[in-house]
Amino acid sequence: MRHRKIESGSADSGMAPSDAETLRVDINQMPRVLLRITRLALRHQGKMALAIACSIGSAAASLALPRLFGTAVDEAQVLLSGGNSPQATIHAALWTTAFLAITATFIRGILTMYAGYLGEYVSQQVAYDLRLRFFRQMQNLSFGFHDRVHSGDLITRGMLDLEGTRVFIQNGVLQTVSLLLLLGFAGVMMVSTDPSMAVIGLLFVPIAGLALARMGFLLRVAWLRIQELMANLTLTMEENLQGVRVVRAFAAKNFEMSKFDKASIDTLNQAYKRIILRGRGLSAMTLSFYASMGALLWYGGHQVAVGAMTAGRVMEFLTYMSLMQTPIRQVAMIFNSAARATSAGSRLFEILDLQPEIADRPQAAQLVAGAGILRFDKVGFAYANAAMALSDICFEVGPGQTLGIVGPAGSGKSTIASLVPRFYDVTEGSITIDGQDVRNVTLASLRQYVSLVPQEAFLFDNSIGHNVAYSDPWMPDERIVESAVTAQIHDHISTLPQTYVTRVGERGLALSGGQRQRLTIARGVAPQPGVIIFDDSAAAIDSVTERRVRDALAGATRTKATIIIAHRLSSLMHADEIVVLEAGRIVERGTHEQLVAFGKTYAETFRMQSQAATLDAHQLTPGDDAV
Amino acid sequence: MTPDALQAAAQHPKPRARAPRATLGVAEDDVAFASFDTKVIHRFLAFLKPHGPAFIWAQVAVLTAAMTQLAIPAIIGKAVNAAVVRQEAMLDLALVAFVGLVIVYLVTSFLEQWLSARLAQRVIFDIRRKLFAHCQDISLSFTDKTHVGRIMSRLQSDVNTLQDLLETSTGAVGDLVMLIGISVVLVSMDWRLGLLTLTVLPPMLVVRAVWLPYSKKSFLDARDASSTANSALAENINGVRTVQENRREAINFELYKEKAHDNFRAQVGAAWMTQIMTPMVDILTGFAMAIVIIVGGGAVLDGRLEVGVMVAFIFYLQRFFEPVRMLSMQYTVMQRAMAAAHRIFEMLDVPVAIQDVPSAVALRGESPTVEFRNVTFGYDPKRPVLHDICLKVEPREVVALVGPTGSGKTSIISLAHRFYDADQGQVLVGGHNVRDVTLNSLGRMIAMVLQEPFLFTGTIEENIRYSTLEATTEDVVAAAKAVCAHDFIIRLPDGYQTRLGQRGRNLSMGQRQLLSFARALVADPQILILDEATANIDSFTESAIQKALKVLFAGRTCIVIAHRLATIRDADRIVVMKQGRILEEGSHETLLQSGGLYFQLCASAHASFDDNAQDVSAQASSAT
Repeated sequence: MRHRKIESGSADSGMAPSDAETLRVDINQMPRVLLRITRLALRHQGKMALAIACSIGSAAASLALPRLFGTAVDEAQVLLSGGNSPQATIHAALWTTAFLAITATFIRGILTMYAGYLGEYVSQQVAYDLRLRFFRQMQNLSFGFHDRVHSGDLITRGMLDLEGTRVFIQNGVLQTVSLLLLLGFAGVMMVSTDPSMAVIGLLFVPIAGLALARMGFLLRVAWLRIQELMANLTLTMEENLQGVRVVRAFAAKNFEMSKFDKASIDTLNQAYKRIILRGRGLSAMTLSFYASMGALLWYGGHQVAVGAMTAGRVMEFLTYMSLMQTPIRQVAMIFNSAARATSAGSRLFEILDLQPEIADRPQAAQLVAGAGILRFDKVGFAYANAAMALSDICFEVGPGQTLGIVGPAGSGKSTIASLVPRFYDVTEGSITIDGQDVRNVTLASLRQYVSLVPQEAFLFDNSIGHNVAYSDPWMPDERIVESAVTAQIHDHISTLPQTYVTRVGERGLALSGGQRQRLTIARGVAPQPGVIIFDDSAAAIDSVTERRVRDALAGATRTKATIIIAHRLSSLMHADEIVVLEAGRIVERGTHEQLVAFGKTYAETFRMQSQAATLDAHQLTPGDDAV
Repeated sequence: MTPDALQAAAQHPKPRARAPRATLGVAEDDVAFASFDTKVIHRFLAFLKPHGPAFIWAQVAVLTAAMTQLAIPAIIGKAVNAAVVRQEAMLDLALVAFVGLVIVYLVTSFLEQWLSARLAQRVIFDIRRKLFAHCQDISLSFTDKTHVGRIMSRLQSDVNTLQDLLETSTGAVGDLVMLIGISVVLVSMDWRLGLLTLTVLPPMLVVRAVWLPYSKKSFLDARDASSTANSALAENINGVRTVQENRREAINFELYKEKAHDNFRAQVGAAWMTQIMTPMVDILTGFAMAIVIIVGGGAVLDGRLEVGVMVAFIFYLQRFFEPVRMLSMQYTVMQRAMAAAHRIFEMLDVPVAIQDVPSAVALRGESPTVEFRNVTFGYDPKRPVLHDICLKVEPREVVALVGPTGSGKTSIISLAHRFYDADQGQVLVGGHNVRDVTLNSLGRMIAMVLQEPFLFTGTIEENIRYSTLEATTEDVVAAAKAVCAHDFIIRLPDGYQTRLGQRGRNLSMGQRQLLSFARALVADPQILILDEATANIDSFTESAIQKALKVLFAGRTCIVIAHRLATIRDADRIVVMKQGRILEEGSHETLLQSGGLYFQLCASAHASFDDNAQDVSAQASSAT
């Protein structure tokens, strides 16, 4: 995961709402969000209609069964009840009933299958569309957005929330339809057959329905709470493992175990609460169901005993009840899924509805490259809801020239770097390349012309070649090698058994910080940009190697504008102009010699750094020689 | 590329004859299913043992619940029978029995759920705790080699898979009892009709058996496709800045679209596999019903069968197939759990290399010396990284270790703290072999500051105090003041109570470094081991760090992997290392006079060793 240092306090401001949101299910949002999900499903009208038709058919076939069983029972005992039909007729009637029963189960099975399949199909189709929209949105949203919202949160939205939204189509929309159909049909049939028996037999439906709906909803809320506690537990464990050397160094096993136990016991207790919640809901369902059935049996039984009703009728009603038992149980699932979809859907739609802050203007033209003059004209910039991070920045970098930028942390150096490829838009003033305002050209042409090499090297879990050729996967192999040579990493790559196809990244070869940075530099120079910006991208590289990189770049960047941002002054002493930033303003500018002679911040820093000069490689990753 | 060429390239896409070098995301590669292994089951049962009573009661509850559930249709049958033969007293009796059964069922099914779910949670709690505790003792060579994400997936998803198994297995026992019970009841009520009805069971089992491997494959495909698509999404979000910097949006979208579509197809395929069983079960239920209607009905007609029995048959049949379905699902759960359990035990089996010997003594009041006697060590014993190291650090002496990457500096300090055990020779702290003292007392005597400061989620105060719980707030503030961290801390919004987001990424590297100094100072060790950070640090913090180091070193025995000339000059002794051996040692002046490697290094203020330096002296001179 990459965490970029944002030179502004606004970086965390976007995180609070998304974390708090996971904990509650906003009932006010429910109708709007659920309706929106339903509408997404209804876009696939044909399949949805077919799914519902299948549900109707399957409900009808399902409800034919009780009648058939009732008839069969009555037919069978026709002799006992004193009927006088000939045996053959009764046998034929039994055969017919049996045949009808098989037919009904067959139809029910097939239609239930299709209804289920179609529901899943539509929900997956919706999920596919949402997935693509979400992915596109992720790529189009600007750096400003990604600064505010934590990447882990976005991944959760794109995976779990999307799934929560999808599942509602199947478990919410279609289940509700088929439950209502079944209840409706059964109700009509029962009432039209025998109203008093119907009332007794249906008594459990509202009671169980309410109890289960409540349970489904509360289970969701409890689940969210557990997830929150689990996340806490995960964090405790993850930090323990990542900081394993600190833990060992302080012999802090017992301390760490007590942290773990606290988080773990909290989770356990919450899980226990959830078990009780579920047990109570299910017991309410069981109790109301059997109470209804007992009453039915008592009333019906006595009716049969006095000859006012046939045994088959009792059988029929009992079967209606068993048929309804399973669907009624799903009320819990429907409400759980509705609660889940409400929070998941609103979190997902919240992202999908955003308008990217940075996008091509309607009349945006291709950037026309000229001599290669980059100009900042009175540029001012503020991150969202924050004070000005940059004010009145003016400079010009001509072809073949290098601008150096220094300044303390938070002075706005990286901000300047991100403004050139338009990762943010300036608040005041303008940035032009060969006279064209960066806001008036297409993002694609601008970013092709400008290359930003960031400080923190993000490598993809892929081969070295893939990583270097990231900007243009069709790049010829020679160019990859050339770039690696420029970045002084080719020699190292050549020593690897698989050279350029060696996998790097999380599951690949472990590279040192310096090697990662050099690979990032190779990636930055590979597209042969017109403007290249090194945002402290040589920090982890020792100064000798850095000097070699710089010499190689000088050959490669002869006609280009270069900006070097660094803490280490030796990285930019040679620049044609050096600006010193402080709190977003340029406080000193000139060549190295001029600034040293000037005797202020720059000169002081230079003195300091000469003292702190290091004796060996500037930065080694921890355990570099340990692994 | 000239500007014109660039222009042309932007307007005319390049010929794209060959496939691009582009992929997105990495799929999961853990094994999902495993076959049964009695050894694994045996070890797993050991975790159940402490909860024996709960386990037994859960089984009792599930058996009782299943029995009552079995009896209910029989009672209904009895009631209908009584009604038909107009014996109202019998009917009422049956109804009373019905009420009694329902109450028993209600209580036992609640108990079953409650007991088994609690048991599952509790056992999982124990397993996770044991795993985590094991991680605290496991050899560092294991954690070095294994990605944290891998270990976390053991602690989370594998443990959760076991939880699934535990939660459903009690229910599975109930299902099995139901299945057998229904068969027995059917046969005992009327053996001919019973046996005849049961003939649908073998085809059912055959269909299931044929279906299972196909469905498993299709579920696995669905799982893989989903994990591939999700990992592609995650990768793109994590690297979104790189994506935008390199204009990869369009290419990545196409790559993702393909994966999302594969996922769509796999999911729909799995849905089909799930749904296809529905009509199979339904039709077979239909056949069983038909048998009851024709044969049973005929028997009633002939007076050989009571009508209530026929009613009971129909009821039992409606419940017959649910257990079959549940049980075959349980089979899959068990296979997944086996794979998970296998991985968990594999982790628990990682040997604990470093632990207290039974006779270990606690260090207390020994004079703070560190001595290496002919120490040879390698992470892989066949390839030693330290050769025959002899070094004695006297009380309150500051020793600076200097040398290129791979020279063994980090290994030396790791051995002093017994992160690893030496292969040959002895490491002594306070005169005791580190193998013979308790790890706890060793940790109290030695504190370590790592090159990369690691901060935990929590407040600044908690981070400084860390495991030195007896330290008061005043101690924490005093330590912060001593290492020049106080000023920046009180400027933060909540001062010492400021919570560190994302391991302190809201602080600069230098500030994090100062906090880790304060943490070491609060622990107040007699011996300090410090791996000096070399990260680029702004000049203000740099001077703070140089001051803080002096405070830290005062009155302690120190071993420092030094990078700053200032630090090295302050050291009492400098040890120059190369390729796992001590090359030279002495004070700054004596080493300069001897004209060795150290002299060459110092000849240039910006001297450096390359990452793969073979010949250090050549490197050093070429750098000037």
